[in-house]
Amino acid sequence: MGPRLPLASLIAQLGFGEKGWGLALLEGALMTLLVSIAGLVIGALLGSLVAWSKLSGNVMFGAIGAAYAAIFRGVPELLVVYFVYYGSSALLTGLANLAGIEGFVGVPAFAAGALAVGIVSGAYQAEVYRGAYLAIARGELEAATSVGMPRLLMFRRIIAPQVLRFAIPGLGNLWQVALKDSSLISVTGLAELMRISQVAAGSTRQPFVFYLAGGVLYLLLTAFSNRVFDKAEARATRGLRRAPG
Amino acid sequence: MDLAFIADAFGRLMGALPLTLAVWALSVSIGCLLAMGLTWMRVSGSRPLAAFSRGYIFVFRGSPLLIQLFAIYYGLSSFAFIRASFLWPFLRDAFSCAVLSLALCTAAYSSEIFRGALAAVPHGQVEAAKACGMSRLTLFRRIIFPIALRQALPAYSTEVISMTKATALVSLVTLQDVTFVANKIRNDLFLPYTPLLIAGAIYFVLNFIIARAFVAWEFYLSAHQRRRVV
Repeated sequence: MGPRLPLASLIAQLGFGEKGWGLALLEGALMTLLVSIAGLVIGALLGSLVAWSKLSGNVMFGAIGAAYAAIFRGVPELLVVYFVYYGSSALLTGLANLAGIEGFVGVPAFAAGALAVGIVSGAYQAEVYRGAYLAIARGELEAATSVGMPRLLMFRRIIAPQVLRFAIPGLGNLWQVALKDSSLISVTGLAELMRISQVAAGSTRQPFVFYLAGGVLYLLLTAFSNRVFDKAEARATRGLRRAPG
Repeated sequence: MDLAFIADAFGRLMGALPLTLAVWALSVSIGCLLAMGLTWMRVSGSRPLAAFSRGYIFVFRGSPLLIQLFAIYYGLSSFAFIRASFLWPFLRDAFSCAVLSLALCTAAYSSEIFRGALAAVPHGQVEAAKACGMSRLTLFRRIIFPIALRQALPAYSTEVISMTKATALVSLVTLQDVTFVANKIRNDLFLPYTPLLIAGAIYFVLNFIIARAFVAWEFYLSAHQRRRVV
């Protein structure tokens, strides 16, 4: 074999062959997708709890919800990632030591990362759900109450479907945020797209190429999921009359 | 966990605050200027300029800031021609790379805000100004800019606050900002909670002050919309 051209070796490094990082990058993108989805779901749980606490009229719950949302909107996401990762590991180690298990017990990076992204996302999702609930026509809720619909059935048949419908555009934005925030989980060593790009950049000594490749994969993820949310919105609002103009 | 330790950690974290503030102020100012340029390109009527602006915004909003920062700080330095160029003293330095990267990123987000604010200027006002023969520059200075500024402020304050949070990423390119120091104390002393909590409180107060400042500015600019006190 003669000396390889720089371009040829670059293609080999980015490709799927023995020396290629192509497969690892794709696996990283898949991990990014999974951890972001998990984060969005955790955020949905927390966000709907906070939205409910604000709408409940209960002063104490409302204050707790408002404090949670204010704190996690005002603190850097990276600090939240550090706090959740190291904090939960310390907590778990403490509990394990109490139970007689010696040594350090680490929380899996995936779980800690998804929780951190979810906690931040929940603080923003709360407003999306609250706005969506307030957008439901009051008459529909009154009609449901007047026919004697139980609260749970009313939630399932009237509230939940419409909240989801009105929340789609806002959730689409927050999904993009979660996708980008998930790159911060790389500091815990989770093999997601950012981390793989870093490792590939270091081991091939081609940092620009691999950060560019990682960036392109992120762009593909955001662009593709944008389309998914647009489709979902079109489908969810197909029965709605649009405002003229 | 005694008060003396907390006071000591607080002092060390506050010592790192000037760096955080410098990165924030420089990147927000430069980013704001870049965003104005991008917005101008977008509404200039020139198709190549508008396409450039659109592409720029797509790239910088669609990928994480962290990968942009690493591509600039670790990536560009791998090219021999960059190390040989006059830009090298600038691109070798973590601080200037951090400011550059944050400014490029916020420019994309801010430009979308500015474009929305421009679109929200009532057309009748522009027509009225043109009808009485106002020159283009005066039209922009007296009519379009003040109205667009007021429209942009609420969304722009969110962007500026998200930039203080984004400055935490510069701790990953060796800069010793508040997050870097907090993480160092955590690591050195095996304290998982306290240093990060104090750092979080510092950022929180900083963002609170910025948010209040923007609210005050908006209040000042909307005097004509307030109900008159008789």
